[in-house]
Amino acid sequence: MDFNLTPEEEAFRREVRDFLAAELPPPKQRDAAFMPEWWKKIRAKRWIGFSWPEEVGGGGGTLMQQFILKDELARARAPLLGSDYTGLHWVGPAIIQFGTPAQKARYIPEILDGQSIWCTGYSEPDVGSDLAALQCRAVREGDSYLVNGQKIWTSLAHFAKSIFLMVRTDADAPKHDGISCLLVPMDTPGIEVQRVHNMGAGGYGDMLNQVFFNDVRVPAELRLGAEGQGWEIICSALQSERSGITEVNRHETSLEDLLDLAARSERNGRPALEDASVRRKLGSFETRIEAMRLNGMRALTRQLRGDLHPSEASINKLHNCDLLVEMSELALELQGSAASYYGSGEAVLDKGRWQLAALSWPATVIGGGTPNVQKNIIAERMLGLPKD
Amino acid sequence: MDFGFSEEQELLRGEARKLLDEACPLSELNALRETPEGHSPEVWKQLGELGWLGLIVPEAYGGAGLGWLDLIVLLEETGRSLFPGPLVSNSLAAATLADAGDDAQQRRWLPALADGSRIGSVALLDEREAFWPDAIGLRGQRDGDGWRLSGEKRFVTDPTAADLFVVAFRTGDAPEALSLGVVEAGAPGVSAKHFPTLDQTRRLGNLELLDVRVAADAVLGAPGEAWPAIERLLDRGATAVAAEMLGSAQAALDLTVQYAKDRVQFGSPIGRFQGVKHPLAEMHVQLESARSLVYYAGWALDESPNDVARAASRAKALMTEASSRIGTEAIQLHGTIAYTEEYPAQLYYKRSKFTRPLFGDADHHYDRLLRLRGL
Repeated sequence: MDFNLTPEEEAFRREVRDFLAAELPPPKQRDAAFMPEWWKKIRAKRWIGFSWPEEVGGGGGTLMQQFILKDELARARAPLLGSDYTGLHWVGPAIIQFGTPAQKARYIPEILDGQSIWCTGYSEPDVGSDLAALQCRAVREGDSYLVNGQKIWTSLAHFAKSIFLMVRTDADAPKHDGISCLLVPMDTPGIEVQRVHNMGAGGYGDMLNQVFFNDVRVPAELRLGAEGQGWEIICSALQSERSGITEVNRHETSLEDLLDLAARSERNGRPALEDASVRRKLGSFETRIEAMRLNGMRALTRQLRGDLHPSEASINKLHNCDLLVEMSELALELQGSAASYYGSGEAVLDKGRWQLAALSWPATVIGGGTPNVQKNIIAERMLGLPKD
Repeated sequence: MDFGFSEEQELLRGEARKLLDEACPLSELNALRETPEGHSPEVWKQLGELGWLGLIVPEAYGGAGLGWLDLIVLLEETGRSLFPGPLVSNSLAAATLADAGDDAQQRRWLPALADGSRIGSVALLDEREAFWPDAIGLRGQRDGDGWRLSGEKRFVTDPTAADLFVVAFRTGDAPEALSLGVVEAGAPGVSAKHFPTLDQTRRLGNLELLDVRVAADAVLGAPGEAWPAIERLLDRGATAVAAEMLGSAQAALDLTVQYAKDRVQFGSPIGRFQGVKHPLAEMHVQLESARSLVYYAGWALDESPNDVARAASRAKALMTEASSRIGTEAIQLHGTIAYTEEYPAQLYYKRSKFTRPLFGDADHHYDRLLRLRGL
C-alpha cells in the first residue's frame, strides 16, 4: 500500500498546479470573456479529452495523470473542462469506440474544439429505469431510417446541435438486441422540442425537454455501430479514470462552506455547532467524503491493475447521491425559516446557493440511474443475488 | 499509488484464515467461554510460535518488526472467526510499550508479549467513560521516585487473562498531566475480575489497585507527559477494534447474502425481492467504505503520523455504524433461525454490541472530527 506519487507524477502535478496558479483567476474574477479564453488555453494543453487517445486528438493521459489533473482542477475550483459535457463524457467516447473513420473525423474534432452541443435521447414517457424497453421506432427505408416516437427528460435538447439517439430498429428481437444508435442533427425536419421546466423555477439547471420525432429521415451513415448494437453502446465506457475525485473535491468544498454556515447559525437559541445532532451530521459528512476519496483510490488501483470496471465506482455513486441530498437538507435546517426565501434578494443567505442545492440535486441523483436501480446493480453484480 | 496489499500480506491473510478455521471454528466458541481463560491457550501458543503476537514488536525485542497494516490483516481474520483470544489487548499493550517505553523497559516486557508467554492489556478508563484527558481520574501518589495507585480501572479488556497492564493515571491537576505505568498482575494489591458479558466470546471487567507501587522504572516516558502517547494508544485501539469489526461484519454480511440466495419463499429465493436486496446492497456499500477507511488508518499509523487522529476517528465511526446495522439486519433478514443459540448470526450481533463503545462510538468520533478542525 502506498499513497505517494512517483517523481514523474509529482512533476505532472507541479506542472498542473503552476499552470492553474498562472492562468486561472479566482472564481469571482471570471467574467463572460474568461471562458472562451480558458477553453482555448486548456485545449492547447490537450487537457480537453485528456483521457482520449492522441491519434484522435485527445491528450493520451495515463490513468494517474487523469486523476492528478482532475484533483488539481477541482481543488482550484476550475470550471468544467470543455463546453460540451455530453459530447466529452459519453458521446465522444462511444464514437471513438464504435464509429467509422468518417464519423470520427466529423465529430471528434468539433467536440474537442467546443463546436458541438450534444444531447442524449434515452428516456421515453413509458421507459425510465427499464431503458432496454425503449419504443422510439426507426424503420429502414433504402439508405435511411424513418424515425417516429418520443423522448423525454432530454437535457439541453433546446439548444443542442445533435442528439445521441437510441431507437428500436427490430421490434421482434429480444428487447436488448433490437436497439440501434443514431447520431441525428437537431435541425432535421420532423424534430420538435418542447421545454419541461423543473422545480428550480428557471434557475440554474433548468434544461429538461421532451423531443418528438415525426417521420424524421436519418441517413443510414449516421448510425453508430451495427444495427442492434445500441445496448452495447449504452453499456460501454471508454477506459478512463473512475476515482470520482472531482465529486469528492466538490463535496469537500461544500462541507467547508456548510461548516462556515453552521458557525453562523443557531439551533434552539444556541450556537448550532454546540448541537449534538448537527455535530454528528457534519462529522458523518466528513467521514463519508473521505470514504469516497479512498474508495476512488481503490478503484484507481484496480484500474491500474487492469480491471476496466471497478465496482467501487458504483459504491461511490450512492455516496454521492446521499451526500448531495443530506448536505443540502442540513443547510436548510440550519437556516430555520430563512430557508424559505429564494432567489438572490437581500432576504436570502449566501446568494441562495443552499436553496439551489436543495432544488438541483435530482438532476444528479436521478440522471444516469436512480439510487434504487444502483442498489439492484450492486446486489446483483457484486453480491451475486438473483435478478428481478 | 497502490491501495492494495502486498503478496506477503495476502499470504498472511490466507494462512491466518486457514489456521483460525481449523483451530478456532465457531462451533468451539460455546465451550471456550466456560474455560478459566475464555480462549484456547494452545491456539494462543501457536500464534506466538508463528510470530503473529509480536507482528508490530521491533525485531530487537523479539518481534517480527512489521507494521500496523500487517496487524490489520490479521485482526480482520480474527474478527471474521470471532476469535476469543486477547489479541487486541496484547497488541495495544505491546505497541504502547514500544512507543513510550525506554530500551530497558522494552527489553524487560516486549519479548514475552511477542512470544505469547505473557499477555498484556491496557487499563485507561475509570470513573468516567470518555476519551478526553480530564476523564482519567485515578491519581498517583508520590512514593520516593515512584508512585502508588489506589483505585479501580473499569472496562478493561481481557482483565483476567492478562499478566501485565499498561495503566493510565493522573500525576497532576492539569487535564493532560497524565502518566503511563506498567502494573503486573501478580504484584501486591493488584486484583482483576471479569463480569458476565453480553458477547460471551469477549472478557471485560475491572482492574482493582490497592496501594499498588509503580516503581520509577515501570513508568513509561516522563511522568505527567503521557497524554500524547495515550492519544496514540486510543487511535491504535480504535483502528484495531475497527479492523476486527470489519472481519466480523463481513462474515455476518456473507452469511446473510448466502441465506438470501438459498432461502425460498413465495416460490423464489428471497434475495430476488428488493425488500431484501436493497438493504444488502446498502450494507455492502457501507462496509466497503468502512473498509477503505480502516485500511487507510492502518497505513497512516505506519507512514503518516499527522493523519492518524482523523483517519482513526473516521474509520471507527463508519465501521461502528456499518457493524451495528449489519448485526441487526443479519437477524431481521434471516428470521427466527437467526436468534437461535446454534446459529452464528446472533454471535455477530452480540459482537457488534461489544465493539461499539470500545475506544469511542460513532458519536464520539464524529464529535472529535469537528474538534480536530478546531470547532
